[in-house]
Amino acid sequence: MSLIVAENVKKDYRMGEVVVQAIRGVSFEIGPASFVSFIGPSGSGKTTLLNLIGCIDTPTSGTLSVAGTNIAELDRRRSAAFRGSNIGFIFQDFNLIPVLTARENIEYPLLMVTHISPKERRKRVADLLEAVGMKEQADKRPDQLSGGQKQRVAIARALVSEPKVVLADEPTANLDSKTAHSVIELMKAMRDKSRTTFIFSTHDQKLSDVVERLFTIEDGLLKA
Amino acid sequence: MLDLFKIAIRNLLRYSRRTILTASLIAIGVMFVLVFSAASGSFKSLMIGQITDSLMGHIQIHKKGYVSSLESLPLNLGLPHKTSVKIDEMLARSKEIEASSPRIKFGALFSNFVESTNIRLNGVYPDREFKTVPLLSSRISKGKKSIQKGEILIPALLERGMKVKIGDSIVVVATNKEGSVNGKQFVVAGVLDGITGPGGRDGYIHIDDAVELLRLPETEISEIVIRLKDFSRLNIVLNDITGQLQKTFQKDGKFPLEIHTWEDLSPFFNISLMIDIMTFFIKIMLVALVLISVLNVMIMAVYERIREIGTMAALGTPPSKILSLFMLEGLSLGVLGTVLGGVVGAVILWILNIAKITYNFGQSKGLVLSVSVDLTELAVISLIVILVSVIATLEPAFKASRMKPIEALRHV
Ligand SMILES: Nc1ncnc2c1ncn2[C@@H]1O[C@H](COP(=O)(O)OP(=O)(O)OP(=O)(O)O)[C@@H](O)[C@H]1O
Ligand SMILES: [Mg+2]
Repeated sequence: MSLIVAENVKKDYRMGEVVVQAIRGVSFEIGPASFVSFIGPSGSGKTTLLNLIGCIDTPTSGTLSVAGTNIAELDRRRSAAFRGSNIGFIFQDFNLIPVLTARENIEYPLLMVTHISPKERRKRVADLLEAVGMKEQADKRPDQLSGGQKQRVAIARALVSEPKVVLADEPTANLDSKTAHSVIELMKAMRDKSRTTFIFSTHDQKLSDVVERLFTIEDGLLKA
Repeated sequence: MLDLFKIAIRNLLRYSRRTILTASLIAIGVMFVLVFSAASGSFKSLMIGQITDSLMGHIQIHKKGYVSSLESLPLNLGLPHKTSVKIDEMLARSKEIEASSPRIKFGALFSNFVESTNIRLNGVYPDREFKTVPLLSSRISKGKKSIQKGEILIPALLERGMKVKIGDSIVVVATNKEGSVNGKQFVVAGVLDGITGPGGRDGYIHIDDAVELLRLPETEISEIVIRLKDFSRLNIVLNDITGQLQKTFQKDGKFPLEIHTWEDLSPFFNISLMIDIMTFFIKIMLVALVLISVLNVMIMAVYERIREIGTMAALGTPPSKILSLFMLEGLSLGVLGTVLGGVVGAVILWILNIAKITYNFGQSKGLVLSVSVDLTELAVISLIVILVSVIATLEPAFKASRMKPIEALRHV
């Protein structure tokens, strides 16, 4: 059974009179524990598609189901709860909460979203800090961390609630190519460990060799 | 909740300068209101104390129509002996009443055998009068703090104007209600400092002397002055007394008495009312100050952190928790300001108390302003400020909680 099923998904943005067709009908399936990338030029619709899968946006038409749930049917509160337990996010700009330390940032989804015993919580956070190699920096605030370090913390944060899918929209765009590679390698290693599906977008062809499955997106359509 | 609180506090610390500025603004407001209301409250109660405790008592009973012609001290509007005795008995039974004192008030001519002048006199039972208006004895600046039959307490103005000394003999001449004139010799026993207000420049003699001087067939009382055990129960006791008197004296729908509190009889009640109104408006200003400053900060806080809110929402933070987060921030800001203002205000009041600031009220000189922190007042002000902070935060916090993550994340 597939984890993500998209059937003729379309997304229009209406800006006054003008309608922008960001996604013009895409269908695909992604299974569990995959390592998938959407690659395409700027404006092709990568972010739009990831937002749809991530349940922070809804398709204009077509059906999109994630982990067996049709995401169009969720209201604000339920979709927040759904994201909290099923989806992890990694952002281009890291988007760590600036007033929290690395450790607290990783812990955040467990406090806000799920109800897990403090003991289990501490164990998960400690394990993830170790796994992403941020044990030494655990008590630093984001402004004391480098870009690569921030993205490691973000990966740990995305995984802490043990989601089924982690979505990363251009996770390496703000990193130099060496750091970018190590971040992608880390994501892959984490996939191997957690059996979580990772989907990331990029416009960097160089990163395509590490992915297991590649979707090329152009002008709102997937290319075969 | 604790974690939300942690984030809220850290966000306040993150913009520390703005937080300090806003908290100080609230603190200054709280402090100002606290000091002002304590100082004005103490001034007010002192003023009221001066008026009631040295002159007017708390409640006065007259025959109907007396108060409207109070200035002329009419003798034909006295309470008949039987009536005043009945009232006395009734007042003696009440547990609320500390003391009461009947007075015969009249105008007379005061002569030192060389020249004469007008004087207004109270004929009183000295022990009852001193119990009912306990500060009266403190107004006696020279001579004895009591009077016997044949003695007179004269106002200071007369002492100077007529050049009389303690121990001098003087003559008081009065016209009674039938129009016949009678004179009587008195020894000056003491001099009374005048105070501002009706009756503030009266002299005092023994009630028996007044009866004799006015050739009254029986004691006819002009007014009965009442002092309560608990001043704060003024209106309750007033209703109580009025009810009882009505039961006893009302006949054919006519009530022959009138009962007033000091508030009805003294012009200073209006001043005290004005002080209350001023305090009220200053509190309104405090509310406005808190409302505007907290609203301002919270609108900024939400605006600056739109992407952060988007991130939190994307990670699955429920809208209710985002709301709580900002509410806690506004609440903490209000609490911080309140605590700061409360502490500084209390210190200022404490210093004022030590400094023993004195002021003059009418002819009463060197009254010490004893300001104290009224704990209920402090609690009420704090509660108001904190409540207003919460109300001011409501709109921005609600807005934050309603943000769509996709739009919030796109915000630059
Ligand atoms: N909120 C929006 N309102 C209007 N148009 C939008 C909106 N979001 C995206 N678009 C448009 O939809 C198209 C796809 O945008 P999208 O952000 O998905 O592209 P992208 O592949 O992520 O590009 P990039 O690599 O530059 O991030 C673009 O033409 C963009 O202008
Ligand atoms: Mg994009």
